[in-house]
Amino acid sequence: MSDITILGLEGTAWNLSAAIVNEIDVVAETIAAYKPAAGGIHPREAAQHHANHINRIVRETLEKGGNTISAVAFSQGPGLGPCLRTVATAARALALSLDVPLIGVNHCLAHIEVGRWKTPAKDPVALYVSGANSQVLAYRMGHYRVFGETLDIGIGNALDKFARSVGLQHPGGPKVEELAKQAKRYVPLPYTVKGMDFSFSGLATAAQESSRKHDLSDVCYSFQETAFAMLVEVTERAIAHTGKDEVLLAGGVGANMRLRKMLAMMCEDRGVRFYVPERRFMGDNGVMIAYLGLLMYKAGSRTSISDSGVNPNYRPDEAEVIWR
Amino acid sequence: MEVIASGAEAVITLENDTIIKTRIQKRYRVKDIDEVIRRERTRTEARLISEARRCGIPTPIIRDVTDFQIKMEYIDGIPLKKIISPLLSQMIGELIGRLHGCGIVHGDLTTSNILWRDNKLFLIDFGLAYLDKTLEARGVDIHVLFQTYESTHENYEELIRSFKIGYSRTFKDADEVIERVKQIESRGRYA
Repeated sequence: MSDITILGLEGTAWNLSAAIVNEIDVVAETIAAYKPAAGGIHPREAAQHHANHINRIVRETLEKGGNTISAVAFSQGPGLGPCLRTVATAARALALSLDVPLIGVNHCLAHIEVGRWKTPAKDPVALYVSGANSQVLAYRMGHYRVFGETLDIGIGNALDKFARSVGLQHPGGPKVEELAKQAKRYVPLPYTVKGMDFSFSGLATAAQESSRKHDLSDVCYSFQETAFAMLVEVTERAIAHTGKDEVLLAGGVGANMRLRKMLAMMCEDRGVRFYVPERRFMGDNGVMIAYLGLLMYKAGSRTSISDSGVNPNYRPDEAEVIWR
Repeated sequence: MEVIASGAEAVITLENDTIIKTRIQKRYRVKDIDEVIRRERTRTEARLISEARRCGIPTPIIRDVTDFQIKMEYIDGIPLKKIISPLLSQMIGELIGRLHGCGIVHGDLTTSNILWRDNKLFLIDFGLAYLDKTLEARGVDIHVLFQTYESTHENYEELIRSFKIGYSRTFKDADEVIERVKQIESRGRYA
């Protein structure tokens, strides 16, 4: 049995989640997802939701698996300010009352590290795709470097924005994916890759326009084909550039089967291995925060209360990777 | 015919003294997207190679452009990574100053993409080049080159100093761009 046991708190956006992990596996996990009554995620309402549920989910998680906790880890950023502050406050209080160290982790890197834990990937190029984030990253000399990223909005938000504009309920991604299956033809939409970066804002607007003239399922299909091709192209460039031979898919949009299929094809053609973690580790979850907390704890990282302020724009390439 | 390079996007072969760059089909993209992209990029690349030459930057002479293929002159030169010196770095600075002054951003500046032949520097591989006059684009362009210096050449600090002298000589907005390069470095991306 492992001695180190970390409790992790995640609440950067829609999902509030607490989990306990040790070096071997997940010990306990409790989630409370915020669902907007109408429209998309409202930051203040989401924060209120987190404040209302955090006591309960921490208590339940500790009841399920927490005899001795070595440290409390939390998402320090990036994310929605009000949500981050609510969860950070809870994390500080919990660490103080349990009298254990506090560890602030980078949310994006937690997505990658849980993938390296739960799949055979060792040193992958990671495609991280969620609501607010879309990045291609790979480890090099003490940092996860960003090789390409969105110049405006994340792919998930682009899908949601388009979906809402055509009357589909939040979250729109899965509904767009469903409708796309009935498509008959491709409708041209703007494909924007600039060097190693991509952009989705113009695509979402163009798709909205296009849906007035074309069948909705055709537009959904074309949106996916265009946006995902951009992501796969930059991922392939990163592989060619770094010479790495693994691709890891991370983030909530990674649940999309068409995106997976396109990535798998590219990887097959290039002769590199492709890894996708189990779905519960792809979207935002407390397990990944606890696990990165564990890696950082073992490497000697601690976050003092005075350094535990949240950073809504915390870039993954800012974090010093002392655990690899 | 001999394959001399195979990247993420294109295969490059050599036939006598002609380089043939062919953008390859991607199975993951629907055909409509794939063909449009390959056609547009091929055309843009050929156009920018010619435009750069009109601005006084030695580049390969374009011999033929078809849908997905460019045939161009083979520059039988020495890659700068093998012979780089402060003097040559200053000449690179002058070359890139002219390129940026012309509104072109190369997008993939490395010491492998600059060749030495007939006492001149040739700039090759415009596959990621685009027209852009912003400080950010120009700054990233130079930052990428400096990173190559740092990762492959021991005396990189001297090379960077020399580059800046040359760049300032041919490009009037050089100081602003160099300032932006510092900012980009501190952000720590584009590795």
